[in-house]
Amino acid sequence: MREEINILEHELVPRHEVVPPREALELLRKLGIEPWQLPWISADDPVVKAIGAKPGDIIRIIRKSPTAGEFVAYRYVVVEVTKKS
Amino acid sequence: MSDEEIDALLEEYKELFTPQLKHELSIKLKNAARKRGVTREDVIKIIEFAAKNYHQALIDPGEAVGTITAQSIGEPSTQMTLRVFHYAGVREYNVTLGLPRLIEIVDARKQPETPIMEIYLSEDVKHDLERVKAIARQIESTLVENVTREFTIDYTEGLVTVMLDPDMLQDKGVSVEQVVEVLKNLEVGEVEVSSENPYELRVLLSEEYLDPVKVEKLRTKILQAHVKGLYGIKKTIIQRRGDEYVIIAEGSNLEEVMRIPGVDWRRIYTNNIHEVEKVLGIEAARSAIIREIKNTLDDQGLDVDIRHIMLLADMMTWTGHVRQVGRMGIAGEKPSVLAKATFETTIQKLVESAVSGEEDKLPSITENIIIGQIIPVGTGLVQVYMNPQLIKKGESELIDSR
Repeated sequence: MREEINILEHELVPRHEVVPPREALELLRKLGIEPWQLPWISADDPVVKAIGAKPGDIIRIIRKSPTAGEFVAYRYVVVEVTKKS
Repeated sequence: MSDEEIDALLEEYKELFTPQLKHELSIKLKNAARKRGVTREDVIKIIEFAAKNYHQALIDPGEAVGTITAQSIGEPSTQMTLRVFHYAGVREYNVTLGLPRLIEIVDARKQPETPIMEIYLSEDVKHDLERVKAIARQIESTLVENVTREFTIDYTEGLVTVMLDPDMLQDKGVSVEQVVEVLKNLEVGEVEVSSENPYELRVLLSEEYLDPVKVEKLRTKILQAHVKGLYGIKKTIIQRRGDEYVIIAEGSNLEEVMRIPGVDWRRIYTNNIHEVEKVLGIEAARSAIIREIKNTLDDQGLDVDIRHIMLLADMMTWTGHVRQVGRMGIAGEKPSVLAKATFETTIQKLVESAVSGEEDKLPSITENIIIGQIIPVGTGLVQVYMNPQLIKKGESELIDSR
């Protein structure tokens, strides 16, 4: 029996999770920024689709970092507007 | 002090460190404790000393990290150019190395010059050379050309003769019938196997292909016809790494190789960053950029701090897609007109901005240098406002209000 391919388990893909709206507001207030000032992630991104995030959500990304051990980053889910280079 | 006591003590101070630093300290302290024994006072002193140094090493607000990154990557890469050619041809397979590769990554080319895949295999397959070979054969794309010894076109009769190479057929695991099937699917004419030689295939061309102009195209069409394997994988090499076998593939097709049974899709890797972005997402592309740049620099014996590379990768993936560091990417999407005009195609950028009526709020460094203002870096980032009314009143809390 073949195992299912789950891109979330690939070693290059860090852990992604959707931040609940209440927490997201709290986070933005703490950072003192608007959501669009976060790095973006496309709504068509394979990982976004896999975790079922919607445009407007904020995604928490827990990266393995050689300098900090673990690093938490955030990305804002956006609908494709920028043309692909 | 015992290990547990050290850990307990570190736990008290955990606010001061990152988890990584805490972990490293704990290992070093435990080692020291085992070797020569430390007292509680010693440990506290060490922890405080480490904390002090750690906080001193942090980047200050307003530090121009981007400029430092640019210089830290730029300077070593000038050292690279001279040494790059010595490496060509040393390995079994050809990889772009050194400066050309670095430029390729930073320019975010759609297709690298030498796409390479590292295909790791699953637990049950990776020690068995025969099964590894079978998988390698399965993914390597085989064209009619690869199994052909002789190829002739008789222009007068419209007859194409393909002499197959029995050794190559066996090596690639292709049967004559498969090739016949492929030739039939091309729909260029009648295909038959010669009665004298089972490896001689004849294709009797249909009339429309008899035009001498088209015949040359036909030649490539037949020779490049795909017999088996995955598109894009040109060649496979089996390498031994530690105790396992790894398939190195020239050419890249991440999506389909991942689906092959026996392949460890969790570890599979390609140096084509756009493909990583497409299949595994932008965060994976970020990791891939860091890994590729780091490897390229390390290969050349250049030691660039990984934080610079991480910043570069962050900038490249900021918009959710990999964009290049250049006129069409990061430099071209700066918010300031003057900053854009400073970098390549000055007049064009100025004209574009004038036509679309862009406004320049002078938000960053370049444009402020041009017009001779204080640049918003370091102490230039802070502005002081004075409220004369408060001074008049002689308010002493003035200093506290931010």
